Formats: sequence, C-alpha cells, structure tokens
Amino acid sequence: MDAEPSVRVEDKLYYNRYLVDIGRPHVKVRAHTSPSPQLVALLNACPARCYELNDEGRVEVTVDGCIECGTCRVIAEPTGDIQWSYPRGGYGVLFKFG
Amino acid sequence: MIEERFDAIVVGAGMAGNAAALSMARQGMKVLQLERGEYPGSKNVQGAILYADMMEKLIPEFREEAPLERHLVEQRFWMMDDRSHVGMHYRSDDFNEERPNRYTIIRAQFDKWFSSKVREAGATVLCETTVTELVRDERERIVGVRTDRRDGEIHADVVVLAEGVNGLLGTRAGLRARPTPDNVALAVKEMHFLPRETIEARFNLKGEEGVVIEAAGTISRGMTGMGFIYANKECISLGIGCLVADFQRTGQTPYGLLDQFKRHPSVLPLLAGSEVKEYSAHLIPEGGYKSIPQLYGEGWVVVGDAAQLNNAVHREGSNLAMTSGRIAAEAIGLVKSRGEPMTATNLSLYKKMLDESFVIKDLKKYKDLPPLMHTHSQNFFLTYPQLISRAMQNFVRVDGTPKVEKEKATLKSFVKARSWMGLFGDACRFARAWR
Ligand SMILES: Cc1cc2nc3c(=O)[nH]c(=O)nc-3n(C[C@H](O)[C@H](O)[C@H](O)COP(=O)(O)OP(=O)(O)OC[C@H]3O[C@@H](n4cnc5c(N)ncnc54)[C@H](O)[C@@H]3O)c2cc1C
Ligand code: SF4
Repeated sequence: MDAEPSVRVEDKLYYNRYLVDIGRPHVKVRAHTSPSPQLVALLNACPARCYELNDEGRVEVTVDGCIECGTCRVIAEPTGDIQWSYPRGGYGVLFKFG
Repeated sequence: MIEERFDAIVVGAGMAGNAAALSMARQGMKVLQLERGEYPGSKNVQGAILYADMMEKLIPEFREEAPLERHLVEQRFWMMDDRSHVGMHYRSDDFNEERPNRYTIIRAQFDKWFSSKVREAGATVLCETTVTELVRDERERIVGVRTDRRDGEIHADVVVLAEGVNGLLGTRAGLRARPTPDNVALAVKEMHFLPRETIEARFNLKGEEGVVIEAAGTISRGMTGMGFIYANKECISLGIGCLVADFQRTGQTPYGLLDQFKRHPSVLPLLAGSEVKEYSAHLIPEGGYKSIPQLYGEGWVVVGDAAQLNNAVHREGSNLAMTSGRIAAEAIGLVKSRGEPMTATNLSLYKKMLDESFVIKDLKKYKDLPPLMHTHSQNFFLTYPQLISRAMQNFVRVDGTPKVEKEKATLKSFVKARSWMGLFGDACRFARAWR
C-alpha cells in the first residue's frame, strides 16, 4: 500500500525544462535552530521535494526543481518561516504542455 | 521605463487575462498585458477540459483555429477503493455534434494560440516580465505597476489582476487575503504519451472523439481530493489533487498519491507502455462562494482564479476565469465610454454584472459543499467508497448465498461503519449542500 519508496521525484523533474536563475533563489528559508511544524510539513508537501532536512536537523530549500505551485507559501509564509516570490520573468519552470 | 500611458494593464496571460485583454483591445482600448512566463501558457497547468460556450463568446470561430485535442463524447465517474472501482459512464452520440460542447486541450499550447488572438486585436503583450508591485498614488488609488524588467513604473487608468490562484500582487498589496491551506488544493499531474491508435482502442474512441474520467475514493487516502484521467490525441493527462490542509495534516506526499493512483489495477492498463514527458503541479481554488474576496477597488479589478472563482464540484475553472475576464472588460468599457474615472464606485459595475452571470450563481448554489467535504472527508472519500465497493461485489459475486442474506450483509456493513444516525446525517448534510 505504501507507495513512496518507489517514487523518485528527481526522475520526474528530469522530464521538465527549467531556466535556473543561478544565485537568485526565489524561495528562502528563515534561519532557525529547530524547524517549526510548518517547515517540517514542507518536507512532504512540496511536490518537487525542494525541502530537505540537513545534518543539523534544519530545513533547507533548493529551488532548482521548483514547479512554482505555491504550496509552501500557503503553508509557511504566514508564520514567517519562508520568503516566497516568483522567479524573475522568463526564469524557472517552462511547461511544454501544462 | 515605458513613458506611454495605457488605458488598462492586465497582469497575467492565462484564461482570465487573455479574455480581459482581448475584450478591452477589441473595444479600442490601449492595453498592455504582462506575463512572467517565457510565452503565455509556459507557467499554466490544467486538466484540461475547455468549455466551448464561454470560448465562443470570445472567439466564435475558435473551433477552426485553436489547438484542440478531442471533443468529449463520454464522461466517466469512478468511485475507487484499493482494488476496484464502481463506475458511472455517460456516453452519447449526441455529443458528436457540429459544434461540440467540451474539448480536451493542452494549456501551454492553447494559451499561446489564445494570446496570438489578443495581439491581433491590438493589445501589447510583454512576456518574461514579472510584475513585482502595484503602484499607488497619494490617495491610495492603484495607478500602475512595477516590473522586474525596467526601473520605474508603467501607468494605466485601471489594472486588471488576472494573476492566478497565488495572487501574489493583490495579497501583498492587501487587496485580499493570501490563499489558506483549507481553501486551495494542490494537484500534481503527468503527461503520458502513447500512439493515437492505442489511446483510441483503450478508451473506445474513434476519430476525434474523447473521454474524461473523474475519480474519487481511497486514492486520496481519506483526504478531500479527486483524480482525473483525460484522453488527448496522443497523450493522456493524469493527475490527482487534495486540499493543502490535508497534505499538511497527514504528511502524505503528492507524488506518492500520484504513483499509487497510476498503479491502481483499474488505471495501470490504460497507461501501459506510455512515455512520460512532463510532471507539473498547481494549486486550485476550492473555497467556493464564501472565499470570494473583494472584486474591485480604486483603479483595479480582480478576475479568475485570483478571485477564487472556481467551481470545485463541477471541476470548472477556466470558463469562470474567461467569463469574469470578459465581464470585467465590458464593465471597464462601459465606465470608459461614459467618460467616467475608474473609481471603486464605478467599477462596482463589474461585480453587479458578474452577480447576474452563471459564475456567481453556480458558486452560490454550492456554497456549503466545500466546507462539508472538508470536515467529513474521511466518510466521503474513504468509508463510503469502500462500503459501496463491497456492496457491489456482494451483489455481483455468485456464491450460493441467498440474496436476502446478501442484502442484509450489505446493509449491516453500512450501519456498522457509519451508524444509522451517521448515515442519516450524511445524507441530509449532502442534500442540503447540493440544493
Ligand atoms: C490540475 C488542474 C486541472 C484543472 N482542470 C480544469 C478543467 O478541466 N477545466 C477547467 O475549466 N478548469 C480546470 N482547472 C482550473 C483552471 O486551470 C483555472 O481555473 C484557470 O486556469 C484560471 O485561469 P486564470 O487566468 O485565472 O489563472 P492562470 O491560468 O493561472 O493564469 C495566471 C497567469 O498570470 C501569470 N502571472 C501571475 N503572477 C504574475 C506576475 N506577478 N507578473 C506577471 N505574470 C503573472 C501566470 O504566469 C499565468 O500565466 C484545473 C486546474 C488544475 C490545477
Ligand atoms: S512552490 Fe511548490 S514546488 Fe516550489 S518549493 Fe514551494 S511547494 Fe515546492
């Protein structure tokens, strides 16, 4: 019943086209010592698995694979845990089909 | 800095923005449309079913020109448990009509075409431009926008916010609240490519005929959610969406749900041998009537998903977006033709006209359904699908049990799972919300 182990999001993102705005991430996580419940929720809720727990137990974001859905903003912007905006015009995910 | 002044600036080149820009340009207004994607459609995700009636009102000849996939002759609803589905299929040759009512489309391609019509009508369309801020004058009226392209500001009499579900500009400017985990759903989707003949054989189609499947049940693991499988010409759009609050609460992963849906025994054979070419995700407004924000103000109106204009029950969104965009454009045109300013009082005409349309009437009809589905998701999306599947199996399996006993067993399973009061309550609640 549990499907997760077989799913590799990285493989899925490989199908997509991106123009990464190097050095200008459009999502940032606020510095923290231990993550809030909202940040922890992002580890599973982000459809591109952009959020990961690092060795120090803190939540980090890597936006290269972001599909700009806004889910993390809805969950974690109100608490100030993340800063979220769109990439600069023309950058980010480029859907061929959508 | 663009020195010119525009009659209107439209933020976004999705369904709502394109409808608004097209309608205003056709009325002779000087329109600037700004889109952050590389081309219109490159950021947009939909199932996608296009409703012809609302498209016809904008571009009557769209059938000859637009990139359409298949016209729908069949609708299937599946109620699923882990190993089965109970289906209701409606197929009619009546849908093989001269001017079909619904089509599947591929949004990135469709939006590109739609935008070409907006340009033809005379609007200026600037892509690769993210609008970063709304500009106000000293009296707090919206008078233009700032973008990430040029320094300085672009001014217009009115700004049409067609910025989609996230609605960053409007929420940052305090025109409306940010979407909340319980009024938006997250949907993930894949495009599965197969030879045309294979799709037609698997879905029982000929020529340009199409079919869509809407699915609910244990596939959402007790969360408020739906799956969909839409047949295009040479690919299948497949996806599943659930309320963000439910993802947050349960810790389920969106790709885990999608994968499980794909591997369901009723779905797997439809996809066998397909090549996946894209994985996407997008939010869907789900709050319904009660989540509609303020729709107009001093120098601005909001249309489409940004205004939560989405009918989750019927899975309609693009048509509400198009219609609200068109109506806003008509209202703005009327104010302008009277030579009056774009004040909140004058722009309230937009809301008045929208209230009279199917957009608000339909959302009003189902105003209680989203909260019901959200608070009773376990029953409606997990318990009932399982019970119904068991009842069906009990009905069709021939095993020597007398029919009277079979019926008793089915009834007992329902009462055991939900109790008489529970069943009665659910039925009443549902009927009331549907009314
Ligand atoms: C998986 C899924 C399936 C769906 N299926 C259906 C269906 O079958 N039928 C149906 O009718 N509806 C469906 N919908 C709903 C439908 O897609 C939406 O209702 C519709 O796209 C809304 O149109 P819109 O113009 O308001 O927003 P969008 O189409 O999202 O357009 C918003 C545009 O604004 C641009 N933008 C946003 N912010 C800025 C900015 N700051 N600067 C510049 N540009 C900006 C975006 O790039 C985008 O192009 C579905 C939705 C999803 C997610
Ligand atoms: S916007 Fe969506 S895809 Fe991007 S990081 Fe947030 S949740 Fe993940």
